[in-house]
Amino acid sequence: MFGKLSLESIPYHEPIIMVVAAVMAIGGIALFGLITYYRKWGWLWNEWFTSVDHKKLGIMYFIVALVMLLRGFSDAIMMRTQLAMAAGGAAGYLPPEHYDQIFTAHGVIMIFFVAMPMVIGLMNLVVPLQIGARDVAFPFLNNLSFWLFAVAAILVNISLVVGEFAKTGWLAYAPLSGIEFSPGVGVDYWIWALQISGIGTTLTGINFFVTILKMRTKGMTMFRMPIFTWTSLCANVLIIASFPILTATIALLTLDRYFGMHFFTNDFGGNMMMYVNLIWAWGHPEVYILILPAFGVFSEVISTFARKRLFGYMTMVWATIAITLLSFIVWLHHFFTMGAGANVNAFFGIMTMIIAIPTGVKVFNWLFTIYRGSLELTSPVLWTLGFIITFTLGGMTGVMLAVPAANFVLHNSLFVIAHFHNVIIGGVVFGMMAGLTFWFPKAFGFTLSEKWGKRSFWCWFIGFYVAFMPLYVLSFFGAVRRMQSYANPEWQPWMILAWVGAVIIMMGIACTIIQFWVSIRDRKLNADVTGDPWDGRTLEWSTSSPAPFYNFARLPVVGDIDSFWSQKQRSNEQQEEAPYTDIHMPRNTVAGPVISLFALVIGFALVWHIWWLAGVGAIGVFVSFMARVFNDDIDYYVPAAEVERIEREHQQRVKNSDPYKPSAEVEGREGKQRYVEVKA
Amino acid sequence: MATDTLHHEGSADHHEHHDAAGTKLFGFWVYLMSDLVIFGSLFATYAVLMKGTAAGPTAADIFELPFVLVETFLLLFSSFTFGMGVLAMNAERLGQVKAWLAITFLLGAAFVGMEIYEFQHLIHEGYGPDKSAFLSSFFTLVGTHGLHVTFGLIWILVMLIQLYTKGLNDMTRPRILCLSLFWHFLDIVWICVFSFVYLMGVL
Repeated sequence: MFGKLSLESIPYHEPIIMVVAAVMAIGGIALFGLITYYRKWGWLWNEWFTSVDHKKLGIMYFIVALVMLLRGFSDAIMMRTQLAMAAGGAAGYLPPEHYDQIFTAHGVIMIFFVAMPMVIGLMNLVVPLQIGARDVAFPFLNNLSFWLFAVAAILVNISLVVGEFAKTGWLAYAPLSGIEFSPGVGVDYWIWALQISGIGTTLTGINFFVTILKMRTKGMTMFRMPIFTWTSLCANVLIIASFPILTATIALLTLDRYFGMHFFTNDFGGNMMMYVNLIWAWGHPEVYILILPAFGVFSEVISTFARKRLFGYMTMVWATIAITLLSFIVWLHHFFTMGAGANVNAFFGIMTMIIAIPTGVKVFNWLFTIYRGSLELTSPVLWTLGFIITFTLGGMTGVMLAVPAANFVLHNSLFVIAHFHNVIIGGVVFGMMAGLTFWFPKAFGFTLSEKWGKRSFWCWFIGFYVAFMPLYVLSFFGAVRRMQSYANPEWQPWMILAWVGAVIIMMGIACTIIQFWVSIRDRKLNADVTGDPWDGRTLEWSTSSPAPFYNFARLPVVGDIDSFWSQKQRSNEQQEEAPYTDIHMPRNTVAGPVISLFALVIGFALVWHIWWLAGVGAIGVFVSFMARVFNDDIDYYVPAAEVERIEREHQQRVKNSDPYKPSAEVEGREGKQRYVEVKA
Repeated sequence: MATDTLHHEGSADHHEHHDAAGTKLFGFWVYLMSDLVIFGSLFATYAVLMKGTAAGPTAADIFELPFVLVETFLLLFSSFTFGMGVLAMNAERLGQVKAWLAITFLLGAAFVGMEIYEFQHLIHEGYGPDKSAFLSSFFTLVGTHGLHVTFGLIWILVMLIQLYTKGLNDMTRPRILCLSLFWHFLDIVWICVFSFVYLMGVL
């Protein structure tokens, strides 16, 4: 009746898991109670869950990502604590089978459920606004993509309490992940969570690729697009070309595990190297899916706050395209030691080093943008400067790893761990924090506290170096990754130092949480009335903050790179105002959340081999999809009069705002308090 | 709402309409390209594993070319009939569209039926997908194609229902065009399956 599922599947005997589960349950019940008490369910459902508005979906991606960041970081600090303790024969507090689940979950969560949704969330929030569009090409698919991702995140969290998670490392190398060596449900949770969220990601990739190519406003040619849009376009090309490989690979592993096939087994002609090749043919482009949009964020931030057009726009675009192409011919550098032969290794080593060239072009472009600009040291700029330093360092250790001969020494050592955290924290995390701070006012209508943003930056920046430089050192002593304890007591001081670094990073996360709290409290003081808090350069700053649901009352016309900037330069010329027209908009949809809920049912049922329940889920997906297909009432028109009313209100607010109000980012909270006192 | 629609049809050239059908078709093309990557991965896997017969049968032992040739012609002919259906749609002949789609459905169903028979026959002979890596990759590649054709059949049924209830309109037209792309795409993939798997396996 319930397949492999029984009451024994719940790990009662693991006190750590039970405490975490209890905390999660109490938090969940409290949240549920609060929403019920304030009668917000209808509002949540109508205004958010079923929304097809790309801005709201972007916000929801970020909320889920930040929650999952807490989970992924808890895993990180647990690992660091274990390693700070387990020296010289000590066992530490985490048994190996639990430690293995933690490092797997940490990698999976941080990549798939933190970094990816942040990148996709930012694309959702920004790209349609930057290209002067009213929505994405396929708004319903956009909602569906979000919910497929969200239910996959739920499936990962279910694995914490019901059953177990994979103990195989984040990429579940075969044959370790095969049924013979991993008979439990951990790998199955991994399979179905990634399969469901992966389909959502592929749909997102198609959606944004078509949006950017087909929905640009008048005059916005490809080479007038903002750099963030360019990097998003390239990231989406990578998604379309690489995520299907992941889907296929996981499907083959599934067939091995569920139907006894022999793709990646040791016997019956299977070839486990095929798995490693396939998974990295997806996996390497994946890291560029994450980093390219971050490069875009830094480009926007640096040119905005240096008050200068980005240095070398064309080289930036071509460097991005070059990286996009090269990212597909370097995958073998992840397994130089696995016997492909000297010539093959040499080819992939050289290709990997070549990627450093377009990346170097970008670094110089950012530096030359700062040069002779008037750089304002806001927190997004701090994240950017921290990125340039940290990422360059990480890129250099990457080139070291790209030398096959050196790689034979460094493979699977802590050097690899230090390297990719160096580029992912220094690149993706810093980029997403910069982007979050930069575009937050566009999403919510008020800016984030600069004071707490800067504190968060310094904690992350210092914390990163304290946490990961010791790992480089340890790798030269011979410390390897994925070890739960070690014999050599001389490593312990370095391990404790790394733990201290993790604690400093934790303070950075705490600063971000305080930043949200303080900024929401002071939202009236920090209100972004004009919609252009940073004196921005691109179209998203030309509309109000938060942007109206239709984005632009009149679709803008573009004649230049940084068109909003040049429009502001010419603003004394009176422009002829066209009358408002009716606006065509998509309706909200219940199909996205409902289909995804049934997908969750299928995923859970297949993990536990509950075949009838999987059938129920499949029928549910089919029926709810058909209900959508047979529904003709999917769009409507906003009357011109309604558009005019909303726009008038916004213009009135701008007029009423006090022109002498000190800007939040320059004077900080003290300045504003003075201002309040003077006014009083 | 009906008056709204009438009112806005007059301004069809207005910028905000963005040629919804064209965008849909382009998006579907892009989807097909991503689907092609899935097939590409499966072809690569087959190429790597085809010698991994584990002392079991080889390709030459189990493939029967005449049988597969009939399958191939069924699918090729169904592509032709679908093309006729699209021509009929362009000529606004609703009845003919339905008839050609129905014929396409029958041909596609015959194809899937033959494939199921072939699989069932192989499994019955003891050559199931769990016998060797070669058979695993063969069943998976051909089966994935067959699964796609089955989804295409369901889609044809859905479109037939929509043609009866809604006729030809701005909603059904792009869907039939997308379905036609999907169907021809599966035909091209099958040509590759026939050439790389069956022909090269036997010759």
